[in-house]
Amino acid sequence: MSAVAPVVGVHRVSWTAPVRELLRRPLACGALVYLVCLVAACSAAPLVAPANPNYENLLDVSSGPSLAHLLGTDDLGRDVLSRILFGGRITLLDAAEAVIVFVVVGVPLGLVAGYLGGRLDRLVMSVTDIVLSIPVIIVLLVVAAVFQGDLPLMVSLGIVASPSIIRVVRATTLSVRTELYVKAAEVIGLSRLQVLRRHILPQVLAPALVQVSVFAAAAIVLEAVLGYLGLDVAPPAPSWGSMIAEAATVIDQQPWLMIPSGCVIALTVIALGLVGDAVRDININRRSPTVLRARSIGSGSSQNGARAAEGTPNPEGSVPSGAEALLSVRDLSIVLPNAGGELLIVDAASFDIGRGESLGIVGESGCGKTITARALLGLLPPGGRIAGGSAMFDGEQLVGARKQSRVQLRGKAIGLISQEPMAALDPAFTVGYQLREVIRANRKLGRRAARTESLDLLEQVRLPNPVLVAGRYPHQLSGGMAQRACIALALAGRPKLLIADEPTTALDVTVQAEILDLLTSLRHDTGMAILFVTHDWGVVADFCERTAVMYAGQVVEIGGVDEMFRLPLHPYTEGLLAANPHFAGEGPLPSIPGTVPPPGAWPSGCRFAPRCPYVTVDCKISAIALRPGTEGRVTRCLHPERIGGRTTDVSS
Amino acid sequence: MRRMILRRLLQAVPLLLIVSSFTFVLVSLIPGSVATALLGDTGTPAEIVAIQRQLGLNRPVYVQYWHWLDGVLHGSLGSSFQNHQSVASILNARIGVTLTLVIATVIVVAIVGVSLGVLAAVRPGVIGRSVDSLSWLGLAIPNFWLGLLLVAFFSIFLSVLPSEGFVAFSTSPLRWLESLVLPVIALAAGPLAIVVKQTRDAMVSVLESEFVRTLRASGLGERSIVLKHALRNAAVPVVTVLGVLFAQLLSGTVIVETVFVLPGLGSLAASSVSAHDLPVIEGVAVYFTLIVIAINLLTDTVYGWLNPKVRVT
Repeated sequence: MSAVAPVVGVHRVSWTAPVRELLRRPLACGALVYLVCLVAACSAAPLVAPANPNYENLLDVSSGPSLAHLLGTDDLGRDVLSRILFGGRITLLDAAEAVIVFVVVGVPLGLVAGYLGGRLDRLVMSVTDIVLSIPVIIVLLVVAAVFQGDLPLMVSLGIVASPSIIRVVRATTLSVRTELYVKAAEVIGLSRLQVLRRHILPQVLAPALVQVSVFAAAAIVLEAVLGYLGLDVAPPAPSWGSMIAEAATVIDQQPWLMIPSGCVIALTVIALGLVGDAVRDININRRSPTVLRARSIGSGSSQNGARAAEGTPNPEGSVPSGAEALLSVRDLSIVLPNAGGELLIVDAASFDIGRGESLGIVGESGCGKTITARALLGLLPPGGRIAGGSAMFDGEQLVGARKQSRVQLRGKAIGLISQEPMAALDPAFTVGYQLREVIRANRKLGRRAARTESLDLLEQVRLPNPVLVAGRYPHQLSGGMAQRACIALALAGRPKLLIADEPTTALDVTVQAEILDLLTSLRHDTGMAILFVTHDWGVVADFCERTAVMYAGQVVEIGGVDEMFRLPLHPYTEGLLAANPHFAGEGPLPSIPGTVPPPGAWPSGCRFAPRCPYVTVDCKISAIALRPGTEGRVTRCLHPERIGGRTTDVSS
Repeated sequence: MRRMILRRLLQAVPLLLIVSSFTFVLVSLIPGSVATALLGDTGTPAEIVAIQRQLGLNRPVYVQYWHWLDGVLHGSLGSSFQNHQSVASILNARIGVTLTLVIATVIVVAIVGVSLGVLAAVRPGVIGRSVDSLSWLGLAIPNFWLGLLLVAFFSIFLSVLPSEGFVAFSTSPLRWLESLVLPVIALAAGPLAIVVKQTRDAMVSVLESEFVRTLRASGLGERSIVLKHALRNAAVPVVTVLGVLFAQLLSGTVIVETVFVLPGLGSLAASSVSAHDLPVIEGVAVYFTLIVIAINLLTDTVYGWLNPKVRVT
């Protein structure tokens, strides 16, 4: 029992954290203060109201706001402010009754349906389905026709509206139920009731509160509707809705009278909405701690942002200049937005790709390789931008190019295939339709020619029966077929460079090999260059001619694949190679100690220094530039000669 | 797809039974009220009993309900307690007004709401924020209050639009349009806000999705990406919401038709309540439920058209 306690304790709901979160939102706080004041003032109406709400002063009718009557008087000379306060007692109390019924009916039903499941669940769900189809107002009108007073109305409103909270509570319960700590609680022998009360109810609380605030707002409006129709109180007693009805009778003489009662309703509804939104946002933050963590990283971002603009100095010629290069990237720096401003993600990356060449970009996740590839197409996530450097593609500058010309390049000059083929196709259109559309966007072809071309492309990517595949929707394809379709899509504009962003990661091993085969032969047939983003050295060995290794936003080594495998010039490359199961020898697989430092937390000297087995004092002094190594290669290591001894036996 | 529609149709039967029997049981709880409503306070006990017998209210509830159901199966919804007209003919004379109002509102909500939502998604800056604030207002303002404000401004202050009444299209298309403008705005404001929010959220998440990136990378123009691919996918949740809103609009007609004195089903329901006119209320409930069922079917069909996964399997 005691061994499980800490696990269970983690999921206890803490009250102080959400309250502190709420205090950080001024708008929601204001809304809460307004609601509290409103409820207090209305409950204490007999004490705080300036006048008797039903006292008719016929000598002072229809006056506008004044010191004596802050909100003026109505057509019978009654004080409007007092009527609002007393009317609130009716309207708010009515709404509260409806909300109580809503919760009392909805929460238990949702909990039980979600927790027990089975036949009961199906019964509850089909009843809620039916109730949702009943027009609420009709039920209320029937009830109003039959019963006296407003309590039955509000009870039925709560019941008829309850499907919305039942569904939310049920869905939350279903998802919480499968979590480990709930299972653990069941295993240690807590009864179902205890599990529900201790573990599930606290998780259900926040989403249920959101529903309550939405419904409370709706209940106030509906109560006002009933008041307007004269169904909640008997005159002369006021309610907010009946005050609007009274005001409507003199709308042509005294339009002002419409304002106070209408505004108090609107403000209350807005306030409830704001509070509900705040509860939802706070709960989202609380349930996904990664969001908070991602924010807190940004502390050093301004400093990094400043560095991004300058770019790390990179002596001319350190990267073999690509006279015949198809794509030549120099000192490319990329920033993404974060809570405190901008965060440098890629720091002065440089590399070249020749025509028809295949270059691998290798590195652990988070090193900036995918972002670099995306930036070349101008497809950075919202708020991301290129902060410096250049990228020449076939004589055209990509960085700072007008949006129009960069769009021109997409598809026709540079194509992209991505990691998840199933997600990369539009689910609402057939493969053939998407292919034809992309073909016609890139080349001036008629419908019929585009159709022929699309079938040719599907055949070119070795899909059996192109006509059949063209007529299919993405969800009807297997992962391998979908990736072939994606490749066809990328080839449609006959690009000179294909960016392949981990195109085989999500596929089965046998399918991986087929796709790699296909890409290899396509490269030979079409002569296009391929930029292959991957973390798989096996893929690099089979497929690439040269490789750029990235670490913590920087390119740390570039060289021919064979040379690099034989003798890495950077200790990170060495570590990656040694940690790769394809090339490891006997014994346990070695791994690089430590983790990649996240953007914003990069060391000031060599970024790999904290994890490097060969580190010396000078490594930590200042940023390391790319420097020429042997065999026309470059490295960002001060002491490449120290690497070696351990890797000679790996090469083969 | 066909199974889905079949399921909806099967659901319709218990739905209609529940709504009608619920109404019946409730109203029968206080049998005296109809007679009192018809006779006023002057009715003697003998007169009340006579009226009850005449209307069949002295029989047990289930017998009354069975009698009513039998009538429905033979195409009759009974006759009004107030003026003994056939309920079906009263309702049929009014359903056109309500349907016109609701369909016009749905069209306005769909077109304006989706456009504003797309705009807010594509231009997140100042335009996005103002669309956001406006939709907040739309949600917060009760429709009948908005209707009265519109009347105060456009009918009384500017005198450009009628404050009440309905003109048939056949009488004068222009005045027909004029008589619809204010009620439609009053009815549309709330649903519009919901559709704008829903469209914006759906568009934002679709525009961030993988396939949009692929299509952009393959050289498709932004126009086709936003208006064809993103919108088509974002429309799936929006259509669901529109279906739910359609049902809510029927509720809204009760008050908006009352405010603007339009001779539709909604205002009829409101006025029949004070008269305790059971057959008429019952009839309105049945008509409203039938309309909701029809809308659900329509929503499912459109949903299937938009979402191939549903259509094919």
